[in-house]
Amino acid sequence: MKSTLLVGALLTAITTTGAFAQAIKLADVAELSGGGATVGTNWKNGIDLAIEEINAKGGVLGRKLEVSHADSQSNPGVARAQVQKALDAEPYVLLGPGYSGSVKVTAPLAAEAGIAQIMGGEAAELTQAGNKFLFRTSFGQQSSMPKVAKYIHDDMKAKSVAVAWVNNDFGRGGRDVVVKELERLGSKVVADLSTEAGQADFAADVGKIKAANPDAVFVYLNEEESARILKELKRQGVTAPLMGETTLIGQKVIELAGDAANGARGHVGLTTDAPVDLIKTFRDKFAKKYNYVPDHNGLKGYLAVYMVKATTEKMGKVDSKAFADTLHGLTIKAADEPGILMDVTFNETGDIDRQSFLVEVVEGKQVVKQVLPKVK
Amino acid sequence: MSNLFDLLVAGLATGAIYALVAVGFTLLWQTSQTINFAQGEFVMLPAFLMLAAMHAGAPFWLAIILGILMSMILLGLAFKVLLVDPMMRHGVLPLAIATMALAIGIKEAVKQFFSAEASPFPSIVPTGDIAILGHAVSLQSIGVLVVAILAVFGLTTLLNRTSLGHQMQAAAQNPTVARIIGVPVERMILLTFLINAFLVALASLLITPIYLAKFSSGEVLGQAAFIAAIVGGFNQVRGAIAGGLLIGVLDNLAAAYVSTQYRAAVPMIFLIAVILLRPQGLLGRAEERTV
Repeated sequence: MKSTLLVGALLTAITTTGAFAQAIKLADVAELSGGGATVGTNWKNGIDLAIEEINAKGGVLGRKLEVSHADSQSNPGVARAQVQKALDAEPYVLLGPGYSGSVKVTAPLAAEAGIAQIMGGEAAELTQAGNKFLFRTSFGQQSSMPKVAKYIHDDMKAKSVAVAWVNNDFGRGGRDVVVKELERLGSKVVADLSTEAGQADFAADVGKIKAANPDAVFVYLNEEESARILKELKRQGVTAPLMGETTLIGQKVIELAGDAANGARGHVGLTTDAPVDLIKTFRDKFAKKYNYVPDHNGLKGYLAVYMVKATTEKMGKVDSKAFADTLHGLTIKAADEPGILMDVTFNETGDIDRQSFLVEVVEGKQVVKQVLPKVK
Repeated sequence: MSNLFDLLVAGLATGAIYALVAVGFTLLWQTSQTINFAQGEFVMLPAFLMLAAMHAGAPFWLAIILGILMSMILLGLAFKVLLVDPMMRHGVLPLAIATMALAIGIKEAVKQFFSAEASPFPSIVPTGDIAILGHAVSLQSIGVLVVAILAVFGLTTLLNRTSLGHQMQAAAQNPTVARIIGVPVERMILLTFLINAFLVALASLLITPIYLAKFSSGEVLGQAAFIAAIVGGFNQVRGAIAGGLLIGVLDNLAAAYVSTQYRAAVPMIFLIAVILLRPQGLLGRAEERTV
């Protein structure tokens, strides 16, 4: 009897001190193959790097982080099935997907399960559906597109603009906001071109842009298609300045498009070329581990894990149900949590406020031309 | 008008590549009744073989040669000996299904051993413009057209002007009689497989700088070339060439003047019209075959 009591007391002591504390389980569903493979692979690598760092320093509240990765194949249907499977395992927080279309169909599942979902999607509508469990890692289009339209109108002084966009949730969302803003500012949209995801041949689309002879071209496609259209724009000799978002001037696009990317400009919420010391350190660590320079999706994956860490430490406990409430309205300062890289505030809809950058591709490198401050 | 000219040039350049792939389709069909549904993947793979050679340290020109040779071994010799020969005796349909399985296998293998992400691929033609009839036309388009035309010209010369070509045609038209008059039919069939492998490797070299090297890039090409071969005439090399050029131009004009969303449907509608009105294809000859 005495020995049983002793063993019991010992077990209690061990579990309460955390020597055998269970790992905190995260589930990641990302575009590891298909059209979004660049997005998903960067996102996954960013997550793995952050978890490795955090675990090396003793984990979160003394518990290690663990993540399971599932492949959405860049397909919303597969993403939904993978998220359902991930949620069945009751993760602490769900990470991903990166594509807006996949986020749109999976967000209701996570909300229903009461699990916070930290994702990479940028479509405006995602955080406008009243979902209390959905959080961004980057700007939504409603925050970034007005800045883009203003730059095209004020700085590029473009009176006529051609808009090329990809016909999915992400592309349509961005196109709608930017066209509205351009027209409000007085820049005329002279060509409004929808293209298909995975499209290989852009000769006809660029032919239309050339025929419209605009003062500027706004390109809003996924990474691989951005590289293809950049090559075609160069091939057909379109000289109008090119403006886009992160997807136009990302590292992968520069690698794929080569010389054709030079001169393209973009508004970037996150870039590894940002003049921020913590981001430079991140970039070096990432490049050392994976032998390539990450794009913004690598940063997003990395930040997602540090959002989990900062929020959990703010709560002082691992509480899946209270997680979303704590993150709403939370400001995380880089001085307190260096892994968050830049000061960031999450509002009630899960959108973020953070400084951003205006970048131009010069000789195959992203060069930050302007730093746009945090709004509030 | 200038827009139409640009579209025609771009369409012809893409169509010339479709033509190379479609010619391979028709050659395999004529000599061995093989409908190769992995033809698109056959175009995708050589680019990765060339990239692998470059990663191993080979300069681009050497990588091209190695890539073409490897393609001829893998997609010509091995394809015939390991897949076509054993499946052929079971009929056309099992073989066609086996090539579909091969297509999936090639795609997944490239994804597994290389990457699911696209990779850049150098162009054999420098970037830049040249003025033709007052229009700036890209050197790349011209280069693609010239190389494809030379390849097709070389092939038709081989088929029509040389003893080897006559033997190949004899083997394709009537293997039994060809055997009787001493044509080494088996060797001629192998030669067509090697020529097909060479053509797809060439197409790969021309298209990959534009489409990027990606495991899935063969899907679009395979489909376009298949349509081109049927439209032009599955049993005629010149039909496949015409079909390729026509589909390339039609696709570009449809994207520009009909709708980007429905661009893929236009060649399909054209295909249905051809099948209904002229089943042997635009330049094909009517034939009956026991299948």
